[in-house]
Amino acid sequence: MKRIAIVGASAAGLTAAETLRGRGWDGHLTLIGDEPRPPYDRPPLSKQILTGDRSAERAVLRSPHDLARLEADLRLGQPATALDVAHRRVHLGAGETIRFDALIIATGVTPRRLPDSDLAGVHVLRTLDDALALRAALLAGPRVIVVGAGFLGTEVAAAARTMGLPVTLVEPEPVPVRHPFGDRIGALVADLHRVHGTRLRCGTPVRRLRSTGGQVTGVELGDGTTLPADVVVMAVGSAPATGWLTGSGLSLADGVVCDAWCRAAPGIYAAGDVASWHNTHFATRMRLEHRTNATEQAVAAAGNLLGDAIPFAPVPYFWTDQYDTRIQAYGIFPPDADLRVISGDPSNGRFTAAYGHQGVVTGVLGWNAPRELRTLRRLVVERALWTTVTNTGPCPPLAGDRCRENIRPRTLGVYS
Amino acid sequence: MKVIVDQHKCVASGQCVLTAPEVFDQREEDGIVVLLTETPPEHLTDDVRQAATLCPAQAIWLAEQEKQEGER
Ligand SMILES: Cc1cc2nc3c(=O)[nH]c(=O)nc-3n(C[C@H](O)[C@H](O)[C@H](O)COP(=O)(O)OP(=O)(O)OC[C@H]3O[C@@H](n4cnc5c(N)ncnc54)[C@H](O)[C@@H]3O)c2cc1C
Ligand code: SF4
Repeated sequence: MKRIAIVGASAAGLTAAETLRGRGWDGHLTLIGDEPRPPYDRPPLSKQILTGDRSAERAVLRSPHDLARLEADLRLGQPATALDVAHRRVHLGAGETIRFDALIIATGVTPRRLPDSDLAGVHVLRTLDDALALRAALLAGPRVIVVGAGFLGTEVAAAARTMGLPVTLVEPEPVPVRHPFGDRIGALVADLHRVHGTRLRCGTPVRRLRSTGGQVTGVELGDGTTLPADVVVMAVGSAPATGWLTGSGLSLADGVVCDAWCRAAPGIYAAGDVASWHNTHFATRMRLEHRTNATEQAVAAAGNLLGDAIPFAPVPYFWTDQYDTRIQAYGIFPPDADLRVISGDPSNGRFTAAYGHQGVVTGVLGWNAPRELRTLRRLVVERALWTTVTNTGPCPPLAGDRCRENIRPRTLGVYS
Repeated sequence: MKVIVDQHKCVASGQCVLTAPEVFDQREEDGIVVLLTETPPEHLTDDVRQAATLCPAQAIWLAEQEKQEGER
């Protein structure tokens, strides 16, 4: 194998490149990314960079020196426009073609937009430039509406609120972050926002944006009310960046469809937000938009490309920071899963909880309890029986109320 | 090999502790990384390198890398 190309030069693409080199592969490596900036990290964009607690420079993932050490042909600012699987070629926007023997696809996702939203004052947040533009707009002291109360939307609302701005969070579901964490955790997240003075309009979809002379003036809701705004942030999800793969013959369905080894076709692998693969640990197909998955999957995909033949079967990890609260979770959270508080007290702002589905623990969640949560991860790794959690005694429904003090990790026997 | 951590960048993910529990721990109250040893024994080098790779906050460095840079 003489030539490897990686398309997408962010968390996953960069890690794949470093993994190949770190394992001693010394062939010709091309790393192609459509963003002109050197690779940077996205999680701080909706947190410290928006609030100004961290400078944009600190989001950079690698120093120029570290990038040079990759000894890669680095093509930044150059989008891949097409893939020719049979002839082993990637076409670049500039008309050039890159030959490869093996390929890693790591193009991530692009934000969705509402229809007719090409207006001044309307923002999305995916790139560093998006974050800098939004921060500049927030510094003018606007009334802010965030459309979409998923993790991105709730984080942006929290950041804008922390800057002292009037913020309304609009969400068609009855509570924030209902997907994936369900109604009860969603209700706690709603409380968290209310306590900090963010207004919530849940259960009402957005009908359209209002504007005057190309400048957004507000958001019209499904029930006919119009909320005035100077800045509207659209956080309405994202779509895998697979446009350049149309017609390549690769299977595309909510991302690049891969097998359990992150392989999309012979010699072609995918990793990170763009990759859909079969996770054998949970016996299900998944695609994750999680920072740690981008890295872990890139390590796995690069390893399998080099011949490891190891299925990628991780326990997913995710975190979000909102105001002074850090929510972290391991595993998966099916919509019909049961939820139990394991330790602590939701009304005190510090607890852990477990999700049970089909008789086993599939996920654990920590609310300001990082260290404790890490010990509970084993419940998911070992597919602990749900009765391991529930047999510790009757536990009242969560709903933001107290749970029995004696339900602590140590009562989980071997798992603590 | 010398390990360096940046507690200001750390986001308390615990990936490092899962990867190299002999070298990293987390503070009880907020989960921020605690370095148990600055100079771990040789046989842990791969684990520490893996922890640095998996850290989602770029909060772990290996001073050994600097040496390699010089050699290259
Ligand atoms: C604001 C924000 C906050 C986040 N916060 C968290 C968090 O708190 N916790 C968490 O777990 N996760 C968080 N995430 C998610 C996390 O950042 C992603 O999971 C991670 O960035 C995925 O990495 P990736 O390399 O797969 O994709 P990306 O980071 O999206 O990188 C893909 C790269 O490929 C490029 N590209 C796309 N198409 C082409 C093409 N045709 N040719 C060349 N290049 C192309 C893109 O421009 C991009 O640079 C956050 C994401 C955002 C946007
Ligand atoms: S892996 Fe990184 S972010 Fe996570 S606890 Fe360790 S140092 Fe902190």
